Amino acid sequence: MAAWGKSNRQSADEAKERLKLVLIHDRTDLSQEELSIMKNELLAVISRHVEIDPDAVRISMKQEGREQKLTADIPLKTSQRRRIG
Amino acid sequence: MAASVVTITSGKGGVGKTTTTANLAVALAEEGQKVVCIDGDIGLRNLDVVLGLENRIVYDLVDVVENRCRIRQAMIRDKRLEELYLIPAAQTRDKSAVSPSDMIRVCDELRSEVDWILIDSPAGIERGFRNTIAPADMILVITNPEVSAVRDADRIIGLVEAEEKGPVKLIINRVNPGLTKRGDMLTPDDVVELLAIELIGIIPDDENVVISTNRGQPVALDPKSRSGQAFKNIAKRIKGETVPFMAIDEKGDFLSKMAGLFKQGGD
Repeated sequence: MAAWGKSNRQSADEAKERLKLVLIHDRTDLSQEELSIMKNELLAVISRHVEIDPDAVRISMKQEGREQKLTADIPLKTSQRRRIG
Repeated sequence: MAASVVTITSGKGGVGKTTTTANLAVALAEEGQKVVCIDGDIGLRNLDVVLGLENRIVYDLVDVVENRCRIRQAMIRDKRLEELYLIPAAQTRDKSAVSPSDMIRVCDELRSEVDWILIDSPAGIERGFRNTIAPADMILVITNPEVSAVRDADRIIGLVEAEEKGPVKLIINRVNPGLTKRGDMLTPDDVVELLAIELIGIIPDDENVVISTNRGQPVALDPKSRSGQAFKNIAKRIKGETVPFMAIDEKGDFLSKMAGLFKQGGD
């Protein structure tokens, strides 16, 4: 099976990536689904105040030492770039 | 001579708490320290067998807590070393027999008599765990470089932080150099990055540990064993000395006394 060829070298990497996600969710007690809902609500609130490009939005959870951080990268559409009329 | 109370815990069972408690106790005693270790795993005691002292139990921790004996009567003296004592757990009771304040009281009584009190925590996050962290001045979290152990260790660290107890330091046990080199085992750096606490020891997986438990002769007594050397290094670091971590060489074996691969020189 192809899976055993290259992936053997990366099972530790896979473990690490999985653990990163698992630990964040364990620590914050937020499931993937709840996080998704929260992101959508965030975007809705921000959209009420400024125009954003939803496709360019990046919201993620990161670990910094023992702390968890929610990082949002939300490009805003400035008024000069809005189309008139 | 006020003792430091060190609790050894993990969350997950079977990662090496009892083995570590026994061997750190031996290593510290070999350095001339006066050590009492306490088995906090009421109902599932094992520190006695790992130390090879199971035939000398007369009184146990619950007898002390329930005032059926004086604390000195429950202290089994290890005849192999100058000043190493064990207070065993009770086997026919459970964790509810002891409370966190009981543990604090017992440790307070011992503090002026010894240099170190090492407490072997049971697995889990319930009463037994809470009992053993209550009196702690320092907490050592043991993990293995694998997914379940690391996850449980993280939970334990979170609980310890929530109780505002600390400092918490990490021991990574059962490191397999071959698997690590092949990319099929989390490296100590990976584990430290995920758990984000200070590393105090790395212990290689060692067949000698099984043999030593079979005989009731902790590996730290064997100058030829790699894991024994690792336990001795941790004992020195607990005392505040700087000791380089053992490194993996190209062939995948451990070399002793070389810093090399692991960047955590935070001794």
